[in-house]
Amino acid sequence: MIEYFAIFMGVALFVLMIPVVYRIGAGPTPFDRMLAVNVIGTKTAVLLVIIGTLFNRVDMFVDFAIAYALLNFVSAIVVSRYLNRTISLDEMEAKENAKKIKS
Amino acid sequence: MSLDQTIFIPVLAESLQTTSSPTPLQFFGILLGLLGLFFFVGTAVGMIRFPDFYTRMHAAGKGDTLSTMLMLSGFGLVSMEDLSMGSWLLFFKIMGVVLFIFITCPTSSHALMRAAFEDDEMPMTEKDLKKPSAKKK
Repeated sequence: MIEYFAIFMGVALFVLMIPVVYRIGAGPTPFDRMLAVNVIGTKTAVLLVIIGTLFNRVDMFVDFAIAYALLNFVSAIVVSRYLNRTISLDEMEAKENAKKIKS
Repeated sequence: MSLDQTIFIPVLAESLQTTSSPTPLQFFGILLGLLGLFFFVGTAVGMIRFPDFYTRMHAAGKGDTLSTMLMLSGFGLVSMEDLSMGSWLLFFKIMGVVLFIFITCPTSSHALMRAAFEDDEMPMTEKDLKKPSAKKK
């Protein structure tokens, strides 16, 4: 019973990931793609726990899930910081000066 | 059902043969997992249907966090077959993952939103809808 439930949840998660993968391919902005990658990474942690339930080894697979969630978080933060800095320094200074003039 | 013939992984086939009816705790875990799946359906539909980056982020950030927490709690309850020390340890480990995701998932969403806003990605307004060639990418 529990095993069939775990198999059902895994297959359903995998099927529902397909629209999110579509957003990775077709997202207009890079932020859309990064958001979809973030969603998939979080769901992979759940999928790892499901695989652990199927193999009766949850204690081992939970550690993998922790590591994967940590890696996902770090990658999201790093990419958002990186995308934030893609404008050149001169543009940034001009923007800050414009903000100062407005206020 | 002869599932052991179709599944070639021996450990999996062994665990499939020993099926038993779920305890009340496991039944509650199954309910939580199905509720999480419902929220993830909302996330998947929102990622396709919404027209704007910020609305998509609304769908993804909220639905993803809540569905992940519900599903992990559900599987934490499902993996508790007895009330021994090891089961409790495992349950608290999974609850640690839930706490971690509860903290980090909104944080990364916020960082992405801030990066997009500072990169001059403007939210969709009514003017964009009235334009003949609206951004329907």
